[in-house]
Amino acid sequence: MAKRSSQAASTDIDMTPMIDMTFQLITFFMFVMNFSEAEQDDRIQLPLSQLAKPVDGPVEKPITLQLTSEGSVIYAGELIGVHDIAGYLEREKSFMLDSGKDPNTATVIVRADGRAKTGEVQEIIKICQQKGFEKFALRAQYDEGR
Amino acid sequence: MARRESQLPDKIHIDMTPMIDVVFQLISFFMFSLKVISPEGDFDIRMPLGRAANAVVDDQQVPPIRLKLSAGPDGTLAGISMNGNPLADFNDLQKKVVELVGTGRGPDSLADKTEVEMDCDYGLNYSDVVRAITAVSGTVQDGQVVELIKKIKFAPPKAEK
Repeated sequence: MAKRSSQAASTDIDMTPMIDMTFQLITFFMFVMNFSEAEQDDRIQLPLSQLAKPVDGPVEKPITLQLTSEGSVIYAGELIGVHDIAGYLEREKSFMLDSGKDPNTATVIVRADGRAKTGEVQEIIKICQQKGFEKFALRAQYDEGR
Repeated sequence: MARRESQLPDKIHIDMTPMIDVVFQLISFFMFSLKVISPEGDFDIRMPLGRAANAVVDDQQVPPIRLKLSAGPDGTLAGISMNGNPLADFNDLQKKVVELVGTGRGPDSLADKTEVEMDCDYGLNYSDVVRAITAVSGTVQDGQVVELIKKIKFAPPKAEK
């Protein structure tokens, strides 16, 4: 039997569906991606609460202090002792004053681990108060309660 | 003058390879940088350092509810008491708060005027404090949040035992 001659040298594949799907995937990942998660840390297991509904907008002038279960504070990615935050807060306060902002209007977000000691959370609040901060937000993870 | 016939072929072949390369790189970037996070929320607390001695006292102010949370040796919750009266659990606490302030909301409502002062043992697990704050600040009924007391503050911290 005679061998069939080969088909056309170049086969045109229709790429349109693949490109459509790929662009849809890119769009999905772009919308799902959260760029504001820099302040979150995996070392912290937040306590659960049914009332901890996500905040509507960004918090005004936030200072995030994260307390680990071992009693250390994560501030700006650095692991420091609870009493060492005073120096950092002083720097933050002077920076705010230099840029014409009132430290009283700044919000200190406390992301404390559920296993941390309450006394340590209170100490953080006390140090913040001594530095002139008086608005606090205790952060918790939203529990759907299912 | 006679019009020249087009010399171009009917179908122009565009090389898609560079675009597909870039698109796949973008997908890879978004896929690897994607992090699934749980939604988080805040409990707002306003705690100035101390009220001045000559500060104007509001006659309309209702005396604060004093909530005491005691811890066992391992940090677990050992007892709850409200204004000195022991309570069984956080559900009981919520019932007492609803009895006290009602569920009415508004600028002049009792819930709006009442303040809770939390006095917690140093070693108490922080998750129990959040449970207590949840119990006094609202309740979920049929998927809707009914707000209770919003003014929450802490008593001065105690020394570690």
